[in-house]
Amino acid sequence: MASLKAYIVTRALLVIPTVLILLTVVFFILRILPGDPIAAMVGQKVPPEVVEKLREEAGLNKPLIVQYFEYLFNILRGDFGKSMIWGKRPVIDEIMLRFPATLELTIFGFTLSVLIGVITGAIAAFRRGSKIDSSMRIYSIVAYTLFIPWFGMLLQMLCGVYLKLLPIGGRITPGSEPTTITSLYVLDSLLTLNFNALIDSLSHIFLPALVLGIVLSGAYTRLLRNNLIDVLSQDFIVAYRARGVRERKVVKHAMKNAFIPVITLMGLQFAILLAGAVLTETTFSWPGMGTFLLERIQYRDYTSVQGAIVFYALFVALISLIVDIVYALLDPRIRY
Amino acid sequence: MMLLDVKNLKTYFYSKRGVLRAVDNVSIGVDRREFISIVGESGCGKSTLAYSIIRLVDTPGKIVDGKIVFDGRDLVKLSEEEMRRLRGKEIGMVFQDPMTSLDPLEKIGDQIVETIIEHERVDKKEAWEKASILLEKVGLPGDRVNYYPHQLSGGQRQRVMIALAVSLNPKLLIADEPTTALDVIVQEKIMDLLEDMKKEDRAIILITHDFALAADRSDKIAVMYAGWLIEFGKANKLANEPLHPYSEGLIGSVPDVWEDRDIKPMLGFLPDLIDPPKGCRFKPRCPKAMDVCDKEPPTFSVDGRVVKCWLYGENNG
Repeated sequence: MASLKAYIVTRALLVIPTVLILLTVVFFILRILPGDPIAAMVGQKVPPEVVEKLREEAGLNKPLIVQYFEYLFNILRGDFGKSMIWGKRPVIDEIMLRFPATLELTIFGFTLSVLIGVITGAIAAFRRGSKIDSSMRIYSIVAYTLFIPWFGMLLQMLCGVYLKLLPIGGRITPGSEPTTITSLYVLDSLLTLNFNALIDSLSHIFLPALVLGIVLSGAYTRLLRNNLIDVLSQDFIVAYRARGVRERKVVKHAMKNAFIPVITLMGLQFAILLAGAVLTETTFSWPGMGTFLLERIQYRDYTSVQGAIVFYALFVALISLIVDIVYALLDPRIRY
Repeated sequence: MMLLDVKNLKTYFYSKRGVLRAVDNVSIGVDRREFISIVGESGCGKSTLAYSIIRLVDTPGKIVDGKIVFDGRDLVKLSEEEMRRLRGKEIGMVFQDPMTSLDPLEKIGDQIVETIIEHERVDKKEAWEKASILLEKVGLPGDRVNYYPHQLSGGQRQRVMIALAVSLNPKLLIADEPTTALDVIVQEKIMDLLEDMKKEDRAIILITHDFALAADRSDKIAVMYAGWLIEFGKANKLANEPLHPYSEGLIGSVPDVWEDRDIKPMLGFLPDLIDPPKGCRFKPRCPKAMDVCDKEPPTFSVDGRVVKCWLYGENNG
């Protein structure tokens, strides 16, 4: 297990260049794009000397390379800088305000996608060649190709507008927020035993999490089905049966073997999950990082966008590290 | 009473093209402590016979007719749960490819312990101790219980497979080409180990396409061809004076390092088992074919041996 530790340290160190490259790319792309935060904020009718003064205040008059290294050193110190528009609040505060909403949505969406994918995939594999198998395979392709805003609006129309069963946007009915502990509303409601808030937050998260879950489940359905069929035909499964091991346990072993590639996919899918979350958040007016990022890109709020991207990158790196560790723990052949 | 008495067993595969008669009307008896080899070409039905005995023929295969009397019980009639309790406990099985027959995610010890716990009321600690004793019995250090399959070589893994197969002290051990995937030196050692297992009051059925190996190791040899059992008898007799032209052909096609003789290859191929030739299935390849061979030969008893060939019909029956 000492080698596992070395592996984790190496993986953690590799996050640094990854984030650095991403940060550099984002920094320069934002500045290449036409427009800047000052222009977006004040509009066209302000005298040039005022614009110049605002640019100076924001540090935008310095050479690009100086701006870049200043930003880099601040990031290294853990300082994400201040927003360039509206009140100049620290970027990290703004992110922290919105991150719990995104985290909550991704946890629910991720869990749902794996759950749906594994169940449909396993059913398809065990009923191989049947009509159920065919329908699961069609499901996986359709789910994979769904466009989130379109599918989201469809569900909003159905469940929200026609059936009036579920709210069509937001995280919770204003005023019924539970006492803040983790800022994850569902978890906080559970911890404080606030059942009204629990039902309210669950009814709000259900549709966006379902949309995200369904769209991402298709890949798991396919992968698990194919892997399970492959594993079930392998010699060691027959060997288990030939030793009189109960079918229930044989299936457990088969699932464990078929699950390894699924875990790999989880790591790969996580970045897609976050991208999907941006679309889902805008469709369901979910007050998370996605809506924040989209809004700040429109205002060319350089520091906010950079901060959000770095934050996303660290999040993805952390999750893929966790996935790799789980992977190594599950498969003895991968332990580095 | 025989330990295993297979009577008129028919195992057919139902494919889109038609019915494939993989095991067709095969009868074979195995005594306690007997070492029997079943030889034949690929696709002759020898493995299907083995899988039929432990009732693990994969779909679309099915035991259609016949009896498999093991220790007084007809296995064909047992329920799935009764059969499960018998597998591993009373009949052990060793597979062809040790590289793929062990679960890559479980420690060797865990796989042995799981097998023991499925059949016997022992606590885990006791089962773990038993696992390392088992490994020592098959010639591996007892601490290999903590190893994963990928940390062992092919020969070592086949030893583990044998340890697994005998972990519950079964009365019958079926080995399906246990040495095919191994190199010659390791083959010898694995065969020695299999013979050791016989000493523990156990009958062994070896499935192989290696006639020399079968003649060298077993008490009796059964030769299968196209789903039929065509000759069955004492190993030394069958190897020295084969009765059936196919057995003769099999022996003639094996090179001999010690004796200077020409290899006589057997011409032709195994027939299509969905649409086999009329009469004797070996007739198209048989050098001694006669007119009567257009009818299916019955099984004749000659000199304590069983042979399914018209050559022995005229004088005996």
